[in-house]
Amino acid sequence: MKFIKNFFERTEPLVQKGGKYHWLQSVHDGFFTFLYTPKTTSKTGTHIHDYIDLKRTMSIVVLSVVPALLFGMYNVGVQHFKAIGELASTGFFEIFLFGLIKVLPIVIVSYAVGLGIEFVFAQLRGHEIQEGFLVSGMLIPLIMPVGTPLWMIAVATAFAVVLGKEVFGGTGMNIWNPALVARAFLFFAYPAQMSGESVWIALKDTDKVIDGFSGATPMANAAAGHLNYSVADAFFGFIPGSIGETSTLAILIGAVLLIITGIGSWKIMVSTIAGGAVMGLILNAFSGSAGLSPEVATYFSMPFWHHLILGGFMFGAIFMATDPVSASQTEKGKWIYGFLIGILAIIFRVVNPAFPEGMMLAILLMNTFAPLIDHYVVAGHVKRRTKRAKVSA
Amino acid sequence: MSEVVKLRKGLNIKLKGSAEKALDKLPVPATVALKPTDFPGLTPKLSVKVDAEVKAGDALFYDKYHPEILFTAPLGGKVVSINRGERRKILEVVIATDEKIGSAEFKKADPTTLSAEEVKEQILKSGIWPFIKKRPYGIIANPEEKPKAIYISTFDTAPLAPDYNFVLDGQLDTFQTGVNALAQLTEGKVNLGVSKDSAFTSLKNVVVNTFEGPHPAGNVGIQIANTSPINKGEVVWTISVQDVLFIGRLFETGNVDFTKTVALTGSEVQTPKYYQTTVGAPIATLVEGKLVDADHNQRIISGNVLTGTKVSAKSYLGFYDSQISVIPEGDEYEFLGWADPGFNKFSATKAYFGKLFPKKEYTMNANIHGGERAFVLSNQYEKLVPMDILPVYLLKAILVNDIDKMENFGIYEVIEEDFALCEYACTSKIEVQKILREGINTMIKELG
Repeated sequence: MKFIKNFFERTEPLVQKGGKYHWLQSVHDGFFTFLYTPKTTSKTGTHIHDYIDLKRTMSIVVLSVVPALLFGMYNVGVQHFKAIGELASTGFFEIFLFGLIKVLPIVIVSYAVGLGIEFVFAQLRGHEIQEGFLVSGMLIPLIMPVGTPLWMIAVATAFAVVLGKEVFGGTGMNIWNPALVARAFLFFAYPAQMSGESVWIALKDTDKVIDGFSGATPMANAAAGHLNYSVADAFFGFIPGSIGETSTLAILIGAVLLIITGIGSWKIMVSTIAGGAVMGLILNAFSGSAGLSPEVATYFSMPFWHHLILGGFMFGAIFMATDPVSASQTEKGKWIYGFLIGILAIIFRVVNPAFPEGMMLAILLMNTFAPLIDHYVVAGHVKRRTKRAKVSA
Repeated sequence: MSEVVKLRKGLNIKLKGSAEKALDKLPVPATVALKPTDFPGLTPKLSVKVDAEVKAGDALFYDKYHPEILFTAPLGGKVVSINRGERRKILEVVIATDEKIGSAEFKKADPTTLSAEEVKEQILKSGIWPFIKKRPYGIIANPEEKPKAIYISTFDTAPLAPDYNFVLDGQLDTFQTGVNALAQLTEGKVNLGVSKDSAFTSLKNVVVNTFEGPHPAGNVGIQIANTSPINKGEVVWTISVQDVLFIGRLFETGNVDFTKTVALTGSEVQTPKYYQTTVGAPIATLVEGKLVDADHNQRIISGNVLTGTKVSAKSYLGFYDSQISVIPEGDEYEFLGWADPGFNKFSATKAYFGKLFPKKEYTMNANIHGGERAFVLSNQYEKLVPMDILPVYLLKAILVNDIDKMENFGIYEVIEEDFALCEYACTSKIEVQKILREGINTMIKELG
């Protein structure tokens, strides 16, 4: 391993300002610090520093998404073989391999495009490559339907990194969750390709779909007034949907890791789920009201907790809403922020027929309002402090 | 009168190398020095020239804007050099000690029989005044101000900190004399912050507040904030335990005696323990021959690992410091450091397995373990500051230089040591203490 370190140390002068390869400095630094934690020691302030850094933090988030990713690959295979009616006759590894071959290119395109842009921006700005995209690059594939063409993934990723993040100043400065910006971009720019029944299932033109099979997601069916899914399938994830979002179980495994390490905010997770459940109950209560069309009334009456295991709700609550940069920063604010995401997601989902899934928009909307929530929480804090001054004066 | 305050926020960092309760007396050092750089914001003016002979308690330099605040020789001797840095800034005033030259003479009297003015004048003249600091800002107290109270923390919760119950063993009477003198300086009370099972609870003429909880419970700023927080326009004075002894000795003997006990601690020390020496002692007399032979670089810190100053063996003990910490420098690369499971890595987060062994003592070096980033995570700092303050908002207010916001977010209540843990735990490696001091300097410049 020494020769790697020697190589980087030897090439360091070449990439400094004025060096022959100065335009490679951020790339050099990025790879070097990835392989070796730098030898920088503290110059001011505390002499000891925690071992935690952004690389560790981000790699734990990536690790927590892995169960959802692996299951997503498997489910892509399952849905494919179910569509062509060969599920029972296909082995586990063949199913997984099929999904792997479908999903891996999406992951690679997302990382290649995103990291490429990050490297360029870091070099232009003259600072270190920041780790934020390690997570975004993994989340983007997981919230895409498997049928999304690779070029669309590339365009969406580029849009998200440039307009979702770098224009604000990079990691830590963005207003919206970059992965959701990518998803929203595709949703609005290519609505025809991003919805319908075919996009959720990986099929070739030559594949023969068995009679009676529909690739529609349970949510699309529910919006049409058909509640035709099994709760077990929805919880374990054997339903059509975006690659990583289907298995509530795999997502919860990730949630446990995020909560144990303290890296994901359990407050946001809990309040988002609570918000969704409360809104589900409210809809239940109104399911008998007059004037509802029969489809909507059926959707209203869906047991409230089914909302939590269908669609992208759980994935959003665990991995998207908790993005520390775009979420509320204050502890009180986190409760409000999460709760409203839950409420809004279910409203969008059920009441607005234009959007079969509301989680993406609910989170982006609350990302926008998070600074406002924080503003009022902080104003309350300051008010209490100034009151204290008056009392003692 | 006693109040028990339980603090939940904070973090104890368990380091290897805490001092065993044994005291060695070091011989009188050949040189001692005062460093004007130990006093933030001070503009020193020299009162002596090289070769001048000074008694202990004779002024070496004074504060340009408060000429009554003197900084005096810790021991008698001859001024041998005045070391200057860039733009002729005075770095050190060095004295070659001579035991035949004793201490300057001051009034020997029971401070309770003296007037407030007499007590103040004696403390100022003897050069002990600079040990009294004021909040807001953590700078030397202004003798013209009337503090609403004086606060003394009698325990230190910082990593490897000295145990003042041990340090003050047998000197509590002198401490009481010092407290009596201080009580004359305020219209309020002298407040002692004590830990459970403290020897200090027997003192009189004080208000005793008991604090329980992890570091920074021992910080005087935290103790003030949790008993009587400082509002705009209010001033509180603080002084640390051993410095009260100097005042006590001054009134009991009429001489200055800057003898103090210093804990030599850290994983790089062979046998960490306490040494009796003096204010301004050379670092070399404290560490030479006492460190572990190592093939890596070592960092000597005057003070604790959170707030101390990096010093070389040729330098001198910091004016306010009662501790020397020696840790590995850690200027080495670590292969895939971020991917290590980290059984030997202590962290404020639970992202390393080290968290599973809460009783273990850790060796930590001065590596910052990562690169500096923008603020990304939230609620990291808040968990470590047991005050009604939002640390990140205060720091951001400082970064954008917004004085109104700094005031609203509580800049009057905090100094660097109160936020030191935030800097330790920061994922983004932000230089919290430096930013805070810049904010405080802005406040001093703009509002006086």
